[in-house]
Formats: sequence, C-alpha cells, structure tokens
Amino acid sequence: MGVYILCLVLFSVGLYCMLRKRNIIKIIIGLIIAEYAVNLFIVLLGYRMEGRAPIYAANQEILNMVDPLPQALVLTSIVIGLAITALVVGIAMRIYERYGTFDITRINKLKG
Amino acid sequence: MKENLIPIFVILPLAGAFLISLLGKRIRGFSDIFSNIIAFLLLALSVYSVFVVNSVGVMVYKVGMWSPPIGISLVLDSLSSFMLVTINLIAFLIMAYAANYMEGYTAKWKFYVLFLLMLTGMEGVIITGDMFNLFVFLEMASVASYALVAYGTEAEELEASFKYLIMSSLGSLFILLGIAFIYGYTSTLNMADIANVLLQKGPGNIVLFVSVLFIMGFGLKAALVPFHAWLPDAHPAAPAPVSAMLSGVLIKALGVYALVRIFYSVIGSSPGILFVLMFLGAISMVVGVFLAIGQWDMKRLLAYHSISQIGYIFLGIGLGTPLGILGGLFHLFNHSVFKSLLFLNAGAVEYSTGTRDLREMGGLKERMPVTAGTSLIASMSIAGIPPFNGFWSKLIIILAAVQAGHPIYAAFAVIASILTLASFAKVQKYAFFGKLNKKFKDIKEVPVFMRGSMILLAAICIISGILVIPALSRFFLGPATDVLVNGTDYAKTVFGAIR
Amino acid sequence: MNKEPKGMTLIVKTAARLTAGVILMYGIYIISHGHVSPGGGFAGGVIITLAFVLVILAFGKEFSMRKVSASIASSFESFGAIMFLAIALAGFLGGYFFLNFFINKGVPFTLFSAGIIPLCNIAISLKVGAGLFAVFAVLVMLKFTNGKDKG
Repeated sequence: MGVYILCLVLFSVGLYCMLRKRNIIKIIIGLIIAEYAVNLFIVLLGYRMEGRAPIYAANQEILNMVDPLPQALVLTSIVIGLAITALVVGIAMRIYERYGTFDITRINKLKG
Repeated sequence: MKENLIPIFVILPLAGAFLISLLGKRIRGFSDIFSNIIAFLLLALSVYSVFVVNSVGVMVYKVGMWSPPIGISLVLDSLSSFMLVTINLIAFLIMAYAANYMEGYTAKWKFYVLFLLMLTGMEGVIITGDMFNLFVFLEMASVASYALVAYGTEAEELEASFKYLIMSSLGSLFILLGIAFIYGYTSTLNMADIANVLLQKGPGNIVLFVSVLFIMGFGLKAALVPFHAWLPDAHPAAPAPVSAMLSGVLIKALGVYALVRIFYSVIGSSPGILFVLMFLGAISMVVGVFLAIGQWDMKRLLAYHSISQIGYIFLGIGLGTPLGILGGLFHLFNHSVFKSLLFLNAGAVEYSTGTRDLREMGGLKERMPVTAGTSLIASMSIAGIPPFNGFWSKLIIILAAVQAGHPIYAAFAVIASILTLASFAKVQKYAFFGKLNKKFKDIKEVPVFMRGSMILLAAICIISGILVIPALSRFFLGPATDVLVNGTDYAKTVFGAIR
Repeated sequence: MNKEPKGMTLIVKTAARLTAGVILMYGIYIISHGHVSPGGGFAGGVIITLAFVLVILAFGKEFSMRKVSASIASSFESFGAIMFLAIALAGFLGGYFFLNFFINKGVPFTLFSAGIIPLCNIAISLKVGAGLFAVFAVLVMLKFTNGKDKG
C-alpha cells in the first residue's frame, strides 16, 4: 500500500508544480513528474510478490511472472509523453522568442 | 468480409499523412489534391458504413486475428457510424475550404499532415473497442491539435497552445489513471469485456472513483464548464479551418463520444452519473452563453458558444430517456454543421478584411454576399429559428427534459436559447448589416472553394431538419440512439458479433 | 588560435570519434535482437540517435548538420512510418490487418524467427531514431528569427 501512496505523493508534487509555479519550464517539469507518477502507478499495478521480469527465454521454466501488459502500456505512454514533451519544449522556446520571458504572469496577450 | 471496412478508416488518413510528409514538399499541389481525395473517400466510406451496419448489424474486427478479450478489437456499431459520418462530412468540407484559405501560410503540406493525423486520431477513438487503444488515439488527435493551434507561431497562438497543451495533458493524465484503476479492478482492457466483468462484480467504490476521473478527464477534453478555461483561447487562436475542426468535431469525438461510450456502454449509467452529466450540461449551457454575449472578437464569441452548445448535448444525453438521447445526438450533428460553418464564415471575413473585431466591421453584406448569406443561415440555426436544424434538436431536448420531469433544466435551455439569439443578432448587426466601413470598400468575396464549402454547409443546415422524420431517422439517428438506450447490452452485442 | 574552434576540445572529439561507431553498432544489435531479448525498435532507435547526437555535441552543429540535416531525418521518419504501415497492410494477405502472415515463423530464440516482429522493429527504429534526431536537430538549429516557418 505504501508504494501506491508514494505514487500519489509524486503525482501531487507534479500537480502542485504545474498549478503553482510561474515559470514555464517549471510547469513543463511538473507535467513530466505527474506523467511519470501515473506511469509508475501502472507498472506497480502489474507487480506480483516475488515475481520476475516477464521475459520468455529458452531452456527456462517461468513460474512466477509479473503482469507484462502494464509494462507494454507504460512503454506506449512514455512514447506519447516524449512526443508531448518535445512539442511543449518547442512551444516554450518560441514563446521565449516572442515574449522575451518565461514568466507566465507576463505572458498575457490573451484576455482570459 | 465486410469487416475489412473497419480498419480502412484508420489506415487511409494515416497513410495519407505520411505520404504527404514524404512527397508534399517535393511535388507542388500534391498535398491539396491528395488530402482532398482522401477526405472524400473517407466520407463515402462512412456513408457506406451506415448502410452496412443497418443491414449486417454490429461488426467486430479482430486486429491480427487475435480474439477480443486478448487482442485489440475494432467495433463498428450504429453510434460509431453516426459519428464517422459527422466527422468525415465536416472534415471533407473543411479540407476543401483549407485549399484556398491556407495559401497565406508557408509550408501548407505540414498543415495537411497534422490535419490528417488529427483525423486519424478521431476516427480511431470512434471505432476502437479497446480502452487503452482509445487513449492512444485520443493522444494522437490531441498532440496534432496542439501543433495545429500553434501553427501560425504568433505570440497569441503560442500562448493559447501552451495553455491548451498543459490543461489537456492534465486531462489525459486523469484518463490514463482511470484506465489504470479499471485495469487493476477488472484485469482486462477490452471495453466489452470490462462491461461484462463490472456486471458480475457489481458497482464498487473503485468504479465511482474511476467515474470521477473520467468525468474530469473527458470533461476537460469536451470543455464542460468547470474545465472550460482553455477553449476560448485555443479555438480562436488557430487558423479558421482548424478552429472549425476543433470546435466542430474534435471536442465531440474526444469528449462527448468517449464519455458517452464509456458511461453508457461500459460502466453503465447510474442515476448519479446522469445527474452529474445533466447538471454540468445545464451549467455549461448558461455560463457559456453569458460569457459569449459580451465578446467583441468574432471567433472568441463563437468559441464561448461552443461551450454553451456542448451543454445542450450533455443535457440531452444525460436525461437518459430515448427522446433525450435522440435530441442530444441530433444536436451533436447539427452543432458540428453550423458551428464549423460559423467558424468558416469568421475565417472568410478575416481572409478578406484582416480583422476579427466586430466593432471594425459593418455592412459586409454588400461586398461578401455569400459569406453574409451563409452566416445568416448558420446564426438562425444556432439560435433555433424554426425551419433550420438547430430548432428541431433544441425542441426535442426541451420536450424530453419536460417529459423526464426536469422542467427547470428545460427552462434553462429556453433561456440559453434566447440569449444565443441575442448574441447572434449582435454578430449579424455589427458584421454584415449596417453601413459599410470606408476601409473595406475594395474587398472581394472569398475564392471559389471557400464559397463552395460554405454554401454546402448552409444547405445541410437547411435540409438536415428532415433527419428527425421517422422514415429517415430509422436509418441514421434511430439506431445510434438505440445503442445508447440499450446501455451495457453493448458487451453482449459485441461478443455476439464475433465470428 | 587563428580561427574560432568548432565543437569541443580534442580529447572529446577523439573519444567521440572512437565511440560513436560502437554506439551505433550497439543500437543495431538491440534492434535486430528485439524479438529474442529485451529491447526492440524504440530502445534501439533511441541509441542510434544518441550516436548522432554525440557527434553533434562533440564537433559542433555547423560541421555535423552538413552531413545529416533535419529534413533528411524527417524523410526517414516518414519512410519508417510508411514501412510500418506497409507491414501491417501486408497482413491483409492472410485476411487480417496486422496479421503475422509468415507461415513458417522459424525456430524460437534464434535471430530469424517471429515472423513480422523483427521487420516491425526495424520500421519502428527508423521512425523513432529519425524522429528523435529531427526533434533534437530542430531544437538545436532553432534560430530566433521572425520567420513564419514552424520549427
């Protein structure tokens, strides 16, 4: 149970970072932390006590294997996260070019 | 082998996107023609799929010949084919419009690549029968839409895109967390199988928690009111065809469709969930229209109206009665048509005059008759003036609300409709009627493809009211409504359809 | 010093020259054994990209970008995607999308086995490697101009 709560703590740290910080780069870091907290949670869901890695190998009888499906899901979700991170970093660089600052309180050409 | 139709919906736009990215910059005009052909083929196929589903019934496609609880399955039922027709109709007309509109931007082929990727994502969300696959396609459409919002790389667009990206990624995280919980509880990811397991296990606290996560996640994608803050920035900032696509179909495919599919077909609709959907819908309806009425930026005003109209759809579907669901789905279709038409009109005005501010316009009716005429039709549609399609769907929703014993929600719907009329009267008065501004004496009407797609959309606005006549509704709206009315029978139908 | 030195010091350049090839080969190994051991297209593609990134970091972007540009990488990326789609479409030979259509799938745990999976790995590695390199190259080359071109 403890590890799940640590996941939640990590997610909360990411969420706090996203909502409370004023620097764009810190917001992006918060997004990444929250994302990895969710990924960690999914991997932990598939864990089985004393389980071993789900790798099928020759000449080996595997008795107790952790659930391989969450690991496949996490791999996919990491790839998606990579795409989003690359895009958001590009956008952040462009924002710096236009506004000359990373401070979101000074990036306010839009009203709402 | 009619099932082979299903994966084509994903293959075609995906192949188109990558072929354009390979050849688009080398061959001039290739991207225009090729992407329009693809959009037309998709439209034809989706209309065909309506007939196929009506004659054959639900179809399940086993990807790689793996049977559903293990492999990924694609499911095409009446609701899916209804959504496919809506999306591909709008996408095709917008693509034709973009062929002229995007001339002003460099590297037009990049626009088509992103547009087709977004289309792939949306169609994938609609035809998939697997929970995680839904998430992957949803992210695909979202990432493409972030890039499309930032397409012009002006200061406002970048800011809007950043805001949209952060909010929407947060929504995706909630959805992923919900999927993780549901996998932990049911140990399966196939949607039909999840429905079966949940029926056996009965509702637990986990299911309630997952429902909350999904409402937050998909609500963020659909811009329901407490989660709407990104929409009024993101939708106006994009180029007009993209705004039309985002407001017209993206929020419906990723938000409304996914939410409705999961809550009706997979988790099963409980009175509590329906109450939340209805309540959020009513709030969105009223708040959206109140925020819209004071706007002077034409596209921003339209974006706020999107929030309000999404509220109508949720109110209708959240009623849970067959009539309410019919009204909600019909309004979904109608809103796709007239909202994309209104955004295309705003784009046409911006294309010719270079401004979006209503106070600077005036008397454009003389110089741009096609734009003014189609915009008048769309405005009357969205405000619910009788012969047009918006009237019928709103009428059905209001009647259903009264019939289901929620007269207060019906009253809210009427009030929101009146305020919508007021705000579009304002648009018409300031933009198209009145005296012509001196500045705009020499402006011209927009090019031919833009005119053509606006006229077609306006024609659909006029005639699509007949879809609700029983003889036609039997083919198109009725079966889609039945899918939702039958609820978690979805699982039985899907497993019955596997051959 | 008569001219501006490009890239890093001689030590780094020499080390990069020696190791870049090894890293590239390791990436290819990971890809080709993706179906019999941990790893696969994504991990191998990232490792291959890292070899290129190492060259850029050591020798400076002006030198390296003459050899490989972002647009070439982008073409490779599209090619990888189309290859993956073509493999998936070839499944229609057996009647199903994404079908593992080889009748004789070979002996398990040998290099030539598992049907379409090694081919998919190669396509994915092209896509991921070229895509990641394109992202890196675009971010490195991003000049702060007022052009309308998207980065």
